[in-house]
Formats: sequence, structure tokens, C-alpha cells
Amino acid sequence: MTLRPEEWAALTLSLQVSLVAVLLSLPLAIWVAWLLARKEFVGKSMLSALVHLPLVLPPVVTGYLLLVAFGRSGPAGRFLEDTFGLVLAFRWTGAALAAAIMGFPLMVRAIRLAIEAIDPKLEEAASTLGAGRMAGFRLVTLPLIVPGILAGTVLGFAKAMGEFGATITFVANIPGQTQTLPSAIYAFLQVPGGESSAMRLVVLSIIVAIGAVLISEWLARRVAERIGRG
Amino acid sequence: MSLEVHLTHSQKGFQLEASFASRDGITAVFGPSGSGKTTIVNAIAGLIHADQGRITLNGKTLFDRAAGIDLPPRDRRIGYVFQDGRLFPHMDVAGNIRFGARFAPAAHDRAREAEVVELLGLKGLMTRRPGGLSGGEKQRVALARALLSQPDLLLMDEPLAALDGPRKDEILPYLEALRHEAQVPIVYVSHSVAEVARLADHLVILQAGQVVRDGPAEEVLGDPGVLPFVGVREAGAILTVTVAEHHDDGLSRLSTGAGDLVLPGVTAPVGTSLRIRVLAQDLLIALEPPRGLSSRNILPVTIESLHRGEGPGVAVQLRLGSHRLLARITARAADELNLRPGLACHAILKAITVPRSSIGQVSGP
Repeated sequence: MTLRPEEWAALTLSLQVSLVAVLLSLPLAIWVAWLLARKEFVGKSMLSALVHLPLVLPPVVTGYLLLVAFGRSGPAGRFLEDTFGLVLAFRWTGAALAAAIMGFPLMVRAIRLAIEAIDPKLEEAASTLGAGRMAGFRLVTLPLIVPGILAGTVLGFAKAMGEFGATITFVANIPGQTQTLPSAIYAFLQVPGGESSAMRLVVLSIIVAIGAVLISEWLARRVAERIGRG
Repeated sequence: MSLEVHLTHSQKGFQLEASFASRDGITAVFGPSGSGKTTIVNAIAGLIHADQGRITLNGKTLFDRAAGIDLPPRDRRIGYVFQDGRLFPHMDVAGNIRFGARFAPAAHDRAREAEVVELLGLKGLMTRRPGGLSGGEKQRVALARALLSQPDLLLMDEPLAALDGPRKDEILPYLEALRHEAQVPIVYVSHSVAEVARLADHLVILQAGQVVRDGPAEEVLGDPGVLPFVGVREAGAILTVTVAEHHDDGLSRLSTGAGDLVLPGVTAPVGTSLRIRVLAQDLLIALEPPRGLSSRNILPVTIESLHRGEGPGVAVQLRLGSHRLLARITARAADELNLRPGLACHAILKAITVPRSSIGQVSGP
């Protein structure tokens, strides 16, 4: 199976967008998951609702809101362009932002469940041994939730690879720039004779999805062995 | 070392009001479940925040509600051995132990680590995971971990409660060795009179959130007034005796300083100090030196005081040289024998009534 250049571009762009989206949002996802799992504070249910909003909102709505906020004339978009020279609208960076936001609730959810499964008394024990809160989290809880983090990362990655509605609304469908796998499949299906290209991309999508699951299961097994729960 | 605790705390309809001070050695906090023992040690460790009160350790204020001082656990330098061990499951035994050393104020001391590993018999376990350890092994690892954090004070919350009888007997000698080493003072929480009698230098008895007795363990356990708190079956004085002689027939002569005891099953070498527990219900009182009796353990004693309870029993405190013994007899017997303070009489103790687990080692020869 040989790929035509625009098919190849869609694949690499999708991988790039998804990896960047997942890796950049992961630290924030861990922090939010920890807040939701371990802390009591005013506005906790608001934060939870906000995090989960992209899951229940129509993706087109999320994409439109992103366009309003992060478009070149939107407040956040103008700020980013003026301060960092970073443009999101109709760029691959915008696709990464859309993918990150859509995958975020899935990551937070998986990591939060993992944190809740760890006995907080372990961190208490660490504190009596002189470990501060950060050290206790880094040395005790974090290693124990690695399987949950992996699961969340794979879910987020899969969501990012498949994200369509918010992406196409926010950054459109520009071949080589913002055309991810789903957008490309959609585009090929709109033109006569595009079915074979679409089919090739469908097969690629399946391969990437299965590969991601296999890799994560293998990693999870290794981690389980390492932390002595295998 | 000096630990001073004054606490007032209420939670879930339970009111704790406790004040006590403790010194070097092992201070046991004894009381039934729900009497507030764990609340006290958690407050000392900084894991809970009492409503009112003050906790100082060696002059350093750890907690003072009025002054707004409440040091976080990591700054208190107090080791804690939890009832459930709480080992880190993703680290092997060596990793767990060194976690304790990691945040210690002085640099990690390999010699001290080797010493603690030796003391607690952990050498063969260093590469094992907590998941594969027995309950007793887990508690020994937890103890080593706490010790290597170089604490100023060690808290132990019912460290043996989750273990069965043989496992308890496996750990107690390590605790005795630790007391003997005397590097760090210990606050030991327990609801077992046997453990307390074996380990405690100083004893605080807690009842429904209140301190009802506080003093040297020998004195408190020899006080007839503690019967209601420790229970009539468990009440009994502790005696510190010296191994004087081993006989060929398997019995050993132990000197109390005011008369000898003959007991089986003593393996400690001659000259060793032993702590034995004499249950109040295992003592008989005779006015005359008894003859034709099978017991070899008859000690000359003087009656110090008698305490009548609500039931038919009387607790009699006896003086044996510098020691105190406690006997529990019926009120009718006390009346018929006309027992009264100052009366010289004889305490009879069947050798077999000193169970093996009541024999604790105090120090080497």
C-alpha cells in the first residue's frame, strides 16, 4: 500500500497534532485530576463541570467557541499572537488545541480514578518520614498511578486522532496544514474517485488505533511488574 | 526526651481531653478501642489538628492552638509505625527503608542502616516487595523505615494488633531490643495488657477520652485501682527479677531481691534482668507459712492496701521488698482472714501461672 503525498501529510499531521495535544495537556490533566480526587474547595463541582463540558457539548460548538476566543480577532487569540507570536486559527497548532480540549476530560477521568484508588494514607506515611507534599506525590502516588496515566494518555491520544467536529470548525480543512486523518477522509469522500484514498486512510486509522492500544497495554504490564502489583 | 501533651478534641460526638508527659523509654498509651488512643498519636504526629491544646517535644512546640502553631508532619521529626504498616508497594524493602533516610536531617548513615537492618533481622528481605512479606515482616520494615528517618520520637499505633499470636511473639523481642538500644523514645499505643506489661516503662491509661492513670508502669499496674480499667482477668503487677540459677530439672531460680521464684522455661543466661507479669488472679494469700503445698513460689509480703469493688472481689496490694504485687481474692476471704494494711503474710504463686509470653527480657547480664 503506497500513500499519495496528501495522504501521507494527513497521517503525519494527525500524529503530530495528537502527540503534541496529549503531551502538553498531560501535566495539567494530572494536576486537575489530583485536585478533583484529593482536594475539597469552593467551585470544585464547577471545575469538574468545566472539564467535562467538551464531552457533552456538540464538538462543532466547542470548535466555534474556540474560534471566537482564539481566532485572530478573539481576545485570547490576539493576546497569544501579540505576546508569543503564536497563531492558532487555521494552523496545525489550533488543531492541537482543539484535540487537547476534546481529549482532556477523558485523560482527567482516567487519572482521577487511578489517584482515588491509591490510599491517601501512603502519602500520610511519607509525610511522617519528612517528605513534603510535592515529594510525597512524586515519590509515592505518581509511580503508583502510572498505569492510570497511561490509560488516560491513550484515551486522549485516540480522541485526538479521531477529533473532527471541533477541529474542522476551528481550523478548517487545509491539506498539508490542518487536514488531519478524519478531515482528509471526509474530504476524499466528497470528491468523485476519492473512495480508494479514503479507504487507505481508514485502514491507517485502524492500524494506528490498534497500535496505540497494544503499546499502552504492553507499557501497563511492564509498569505493573515494576511497581510490584503484577 | 520530654514529650508534653495537652489536648482537647471532639469528633463524631466523642470528646477527648488528655494531658500527660512522657520521658525516655517506652510510654504506653493503653485503653480499650474507641478510648481516643489513635487520636492522641495522630495529633502528636500532626495528622489531625486538635481543637485546643499544646504539644511540645524536647522544648520544641509542635502544636499550640492558642499561639497558632501547628507544624506539618514533615517538620515534626516524629516517626510513625502504623497499625497497617503502610509500606510503599512500588518499592522493595531496601527502597522503603531508605525512603525514611531520604529526608532525614543528617546525611544517610550506612553504618546506622546496617545496624537497624541487623537489629530488626531484615538482611534477607532487602530485595523483596511488601506484597510478598508476612504481617510481622511488614511491621519490622515499617519500624526500620521510621527509625532511619532519625526521629526525635517514635509513635507506634497498635503495631501488633493485625498480627496473630505467633507473629506477635516473633516481633516482641525486636521491640524489646529496640527499647534496650534506647536511641529513641517511643510512644506505644495498645489495648493489650500483656504487651503493655512487657514493654512499657511509663503507662498512661485512657478511658473514654480521659487519662485515668499516668505513671511508671510497675507502679500503675501494681495499683489495685486500675482493675476496672485493665479488667480483673488481665490485672497483674510486673516484677523485675534477676536470673540467679538454672537447675538441671528445667526450672530456674529468679531473684526478686526479697525472695526467690522458681519458674520453668527461662532461657536467658544467669545475671539477666527479666520482667515477669504476675496476674492478680494467680496469687493466693496465706497468713501462716504454708506447709505441704506443691507450689515452690511462696514469697513473704506485707499488705499495703485493700480495694473493694462492686462485686464479690477484693484487690489486695502487697509489698514484696521494693516491689508491689497485686492479688485478687474474694471479699469473704478477706474478712475471714481479717486482712488489713500492715499485716505480714505470704503470697503463693504457682510456677505454671507465669506464661511464657509474660517473660520479657529487660537487659543482658
